[in-house]
Amino acid sequence: MNDRIARLRDQSFSQTPTLSIERALLETEFYQEHNGKYSIPVMRAQFFNYLCEKKQIYIGDDELIVGERGPRPRAVPTFPELTCHSKEDLQILNQREMAPYRIEEADIQIYAERVVPYWQGRSMRDRIFTEVPDDWQKAYRAGLFTEFMEQRAPGHTALDGSIYHYGMHDYIERIETAIRRLDYQDDGSAADRYEQLKAMKICCQAAITFAQRHALLAREMAVQEQDAQRGQELLEIAQICERIPAYAPSTFHEAIQMYWFVHLGTITELNGWDAMTPGHIDQHLLPFYDKGLVDGTLTRERAKELLACLWIKVNNHPAPPKVGVTAKESGTYNDFTQINLGGVKPDGSEATSELSYLALEVSDELHLLQPQPSVHISSTTPNRFLQKSLEVIRKGYGYPSIFNSDAVVMEQVRVGKSLEDAREGGTSGCIETGAFGKEAYILTGYLNVPKILELTLHDGVDPLTGELVGISTGKPQSFSDFDHFYQAFEKQLNHIIGLKIRVNNYIERMYAKYSPAPFLSVVIKDCITKGKDYYDGGPRYNTNYIQCCGIGTITDSLSAIKTHVFDSGEVSWPELLEALATNFSETEVLRQKLWNRTPFFGNDDDRADELMRRVYQSLFAAIDGKPNTKGTGYHLNMLSTTCHVYFGKMLGATPNGRKAGLPQSDGTSPSHGADRSGPTAVIKSLAKMDQIKSGGTLLNQRFLPDILKTDRSLEKLAALVKTYFRLGGHHIQFNIVDTQTLRKAQAEPDGYRNLLVRVAGYSDYFVNLDRDHQEEIISRTQQETC
Amino acid sequence: MKSGGVVFAIKPFSMHDGPNLRTTVFLKGCPLRCRWCHNPEGLHVDSLVVHDREKCIECGTCLEVCPHGALGSVNLGQNEKLGRCQLCLTCVDACPALARQSTGVQVTVPEVMAQLLKDLPFYEESGGGVTFSGGEPLFQPEFLKALLEGCGNHSIHRAVDTSCFADRRVVESIAEHTDLFMVDLKHMSEEAHQEAVGVGVATIHENIRMLVQMDKKIRLRFPLIPEFNDGDENIRETAAFVEALESVTRIDVLPYHQTGSRKYQKLGLQYAGSDIGIPDQQKITAVVEAFRLRGLEVQVGG
Repeated sequence: MNDRIARLRDQSFSQTPTLSIERALLETEFYQEHNGKYSIPVMRAQFFNYLCEKKQIYIGDDELIVGERGPRPRAVPTFPELTCHSKEDLQILNQREMAPYRIEEADIQIYAERVVPYWQGRSMRDRIFTEVPDDWQKAYRAGLFTEFMEQRAPGHTALDGSIYHYGMHDYIERIETAIRRLDYQDDGSAADRYEQLKAMKICCQAAITFAQRHALLAREMAVQEQDAQRGQELLEIAQICERIPAYAPSTFHEAIQMYWFVHLGTITELNGWDAMTPGHIDQHLLPFYDKGLVDGTLTRERAKELLACLWIKVNNHPAPPKVGVTAKESGTYNDFTQINLGGVKPDGSEATSELSYLALEVSDELHLLQPQPSVHISSTTPNRFLQKSLEVIRKGYGYPSIFNSDAVVMEQVRVGKSLEDAREGGTSGCIETGAFGKEAYILTGYLNVPKILELTLHDGVDPLTGELVGISTGKPQSFSDFDHFYQAFEKQLNHIIGLKIRVNNYIERMYAKYSPAPFLSVVIKDCITKGKDYYDGGPRYNTNYIQCCGIGTITDSLSAIKTHVFDSGEVSWPELLEALATNFSETEVLRQKLWNRTPFFGNDDDRADELMRRVYQSLFAAIDGKPNTKGTGYHLNMLSTTCHVYFGKMLGATPNGRKAGLPQSDGTSPSHGADRSGPTAVIKSLAKMDQIKSGGTLLNQRFLPDILKTDRSLEKLAALVKTYFRLGGHHIQFNIVDTQTLRKAQAEPDGYRNLLVRVAGYSDYFVNLDRDHQEEIISRTQQETC
Repeated sequence: MKSGGVVFAIKPFSMHDGPNLRTTVFLKGCPLRCRWCHNPEGLHVDSLVVHDREKCIECGTCLEVCPHGALGSVNLGQNEKLGRCQLCLTCVDACPALARQSTGVQVTVPEVMAQLLKDLPFYEESGGGVTFSGGEPLFQPEFLKALLEGCGNHSIHRAVDTSCFADRRVVESIAEHTDLFMVDLKHMSEEAHQEAVGVGVATIHENIRMLVQMDKKIRLRFPLIPEFNDGDENIRETAAFVEALESVTRIDVLPYHQTGSRKYQKLGLQYAGSDIGIPDQQKITAVVEAFRLRGLEVQVGG
C-alpha cells in the first residue's frame, strides 16, 4: 500500500458515517414544485437529473477515482420517498452505540419541518403498511418473516461487461432506436414504454452532466493547486470525466471511473439493497490492463493503486440506515458490494487472471469492510488461486468467501437461463445467485421456518402472544404418527408462504408503478429493448427469492420429536410442550437428553439429514416456480444474513433443547454446537441438500488459527473446500479466530477496531456488532482436529 | 475375534496423522508404556466407564439405571465401586448429559468400514485415506488386517501408525495390506528405551529393516522429548540408523506437547509425563539442524 492509498484508507476507515439531508431536501423541493407534471418514470428521471445538477460534488486530496453519493465521503443520504425517517429515528441513529450515523441537531430540525411533513403518508413504506391485510400484519409482527421492500428498494444487482464497451451516448442511441420502433397501433403499452424510454434517456444525460461537473471542478482545482504533480493528476481526472461516462472507456483508469459513475448513479437514484456490484471485475478490466501494460501506459503497481482507489470509494458508502425498531437494534455499515474473482468466462473457459490475484492482494492489504471479495472456484480453476485465497482467509478477516462457480452456473441453467448468461453471472450480496447485468433477482424477505414448527405445535397459535397467526391444524396429541404431524407442519408452511407471496406481489407492483429505476434500467439488459423498467419485468430474467432460515434448528427439532415422542415414546407430548412453555426451567434433564440424545443435522447422520431433505423439499415445493408479477417466479434461497438472531428472539424454546430467545442456526449451517463430528461430516450433511435447486446456500465454518499455521494444513483446507464443491456445495466461508481473541475484543474494543469477522455472507467489525451477534459468533462450533 | 475389535475413537479430518485428509482409527491396547503417552485411554484393551465432571448435571440417572450397584454417588467422579462394574454400559447409554462415557467400544469390521467410507470423497479429492493408530494397532492384528483389507477393496490409502513392537510375522502379514507405515524412533539405546517405554528397541529396529527390505514406504518420526532423547549422541545414532536404511531419507520431528494431560485427569490416572518440559522453538530448531547436518530431510510435525 503506497502513501496515497494509506492516507485515503485511513480517512475512510476512521470517519464515523454521517447522515446528509441534502438529497431529501432537494427531492422534497423538486416534488413540491413538479409533482404531477410528468409521468412517474419521467418524474423519477427528472428528479435524478435535478440531483445530478444540484447536489454538492466532491473531489478529495489524493483521489484518483472521483464521485460521492453524499456531499463528502461517508455522508449517507436518506430516501424519504421510500421510507421517511422520523425525528426520533434520526435521533436514535445519531446516538446509538453500535454503528451510529451522526447528524447535527439543526439538520434533524430542518428534516422534521421540511421533509417529514411532505413524505409522511406518501412514502412507499407508509403506503405498503396501509394496504397489507391483517393476517399478514399478524404474521409479520410474530416474526414469521421479514419484508425486504418496506425500507429499501429491491436491488441485489450486479453488472456484466457492457458498460466497458458502451458510453451513455451509445445507450441514448439505443433508447432512441427503441423509441422509433414503438408500435402504437398494435402494442397497447407503447405509450407506457415511451414514457419509460424517455426517462432512461434523461438519466443517461444526467449521468453525463454529473461527470461534466466533476471535470469542471477538477480543472478549477488544478488551477489553484500548488503541487505540480497533483495539478497534473487533477487535469487527468478532468479529461477522464469529460469523456466518461459519455463514451466507452479506453484505459484502465477510465474503465474504473466508468464503473464508479454507474455505481453511484444506481445508489443515488434509489437505495436498492446491496448497493451495486461490478460483477466479474477481473474479467471486465483485463483487456484494459493488458493493453496498458503492452503500450506502457500502465504498470502493475499503478493498476493496484487504481483498484485500491475503487475499493476505498465503495467503503466510503455505508449502507443507508433503516428506520423504526431496527434503527435501534441492528446496524451494519456494510452495504454488501461483493467483488467476484475467478470463475469462468461466458464461453466456459478459465477466467482467473493476474488481475484476480491483484484484486485479492488489494483486499488483503486494505482489509476494509467494503467491498468484500469472493473467489469462484470451478473445476478448471488453478489450485494456486484457491491456495492464495486461503492464505488471505487464514489471516482471519472472514473473507474472501468461496463459491463453487460450476454450481452457480447449474443453478441458473436449471431455471432456464442461457448457459452463457449463467456463466457471466455469479453471486452478489451474501450468496445470492444471479445473471449479472441481465437479471432482477430480488430478495423478498427471510422466512422463519422453525417458527412455523412452533405454530404447528400450538395448533396455529403463537405461544409467545397467544394469538392465532397460522391456521388451525390440530393439537399435536391428535397425530397418530410422525408423518401426520409433518403434514400439519407443511400446511402451516404453505399458508405462511402464501401470505408472504401475496403481499410481495402487491409490493412488487407498487414499485413497478410508483418507484421505477430508469437509470438502473439503462444498464440492465433487456430493459431498453423491452421499454420496461427494472422493476417491471424489463430485465431478461426476473426472479424473486424467499430466504429460508433455520434449517439446522428445524431439522434438529423435528428429529427430537421423531426420536423421542414418536419412535421411542420416551417423551410424551404434554411433557415436551410443558418443557417448551417453561423454557426447560424445571426440566434440565429432559433438555440435556433432547440436546445430546437426538440425531442432529451436520453429523453425516442420515436419520437427521433425511429430515433436512424433507424440509428442504417442502420449502422447494411451496416456493419454487410460484408466479411473481413479471411472468416468472419465485425460487428459494437458503440465507439468513443476521436474521437468525432476530428470528431466534421471536421463537420460544425448541424441541432440540435450544432455549427461548437464543439464535437459530445460521444460513445452512448446523445448529451451534450440534455438529460434533468434525468438518467433513458437516460437509457431507450439507451435500445431501440438493443445492442446485436453490439460489444459494451459506455454510459457515470456524477454525482455530493454530491448526492452519502451516502451508500443508492450508492444502488440507483446500481439499476440504474442493470436496464440498465436488459434492455440489454452493458456498463456504471461514472464520479463523479463537474464542479467547473474541472475548478480549469484547473486553477491550479499542484494541480490536480492525478485527473483521465473518457474520453471515459478509464480514463486519466484531466490535461494531451488538452483544447478541457477538455471542452468536462465539457460540459457533470451533472445528478442532486430533 | 476375527470379525471385530475394540477402538477408542474414530476421528475424521485428522490433520496430523499422515498425508492429506484422513480418518484415523484408534485401536485399543498397547504393549508400550511411554511416559509421555498422550492417548492413555488406548493403553488397555479393556474399557473403563469414566465420568466427566464438567458435563455432569448431577441428575442421578446413572445411579438409578446401574443394574450392578457399581455407582455410589453421582459426583464422586470415578467409579468408586469399580470392582462391581460389569461394563454393561447401561449408565453410558442412559446419561442425558454424555458425562458417563466408555473409554472404548467393541465394534465389528462392517461398522468401522461404514464409518470410514463416509469420508471417501475427501480421501479421493486430497489423496488421503485412513490411518490406523492407537494404542498400538498391531495389538489387535486380525482386526487390523480385516480393516486394512476392507479399505484395500475400496482403493483407500492405508497408513499404520505403529511402534513396530510386535512379532515379526505379524508385521509381515500387516505389511501386505499397508501403503504407509509411520514409526517412531523414540531412542536408540536399548536401556534408555527399556526404561522410558517399557520394552527394548531391538525388535522395533529389526521390523523396520524388514519393512524396508519389503520395499514398504515408511515415515520415521522422532518424538522430541526434552532431556530424554535430544542429546547429541542419540541424535547422531538416530540419523545413522535412518541413513543405513537407504530408501528412507526423511525424518519427521514431533515436538512433545501436553495436550494429553487432561485425559489422565478424566481417567483418574497419574500422568507420568507432567514433569517433561515442552521444547521451545530454539530446541526444535537445534534438533532439526542436527538432523539436517547428517543429510536427512526434516519436517516438523507429522
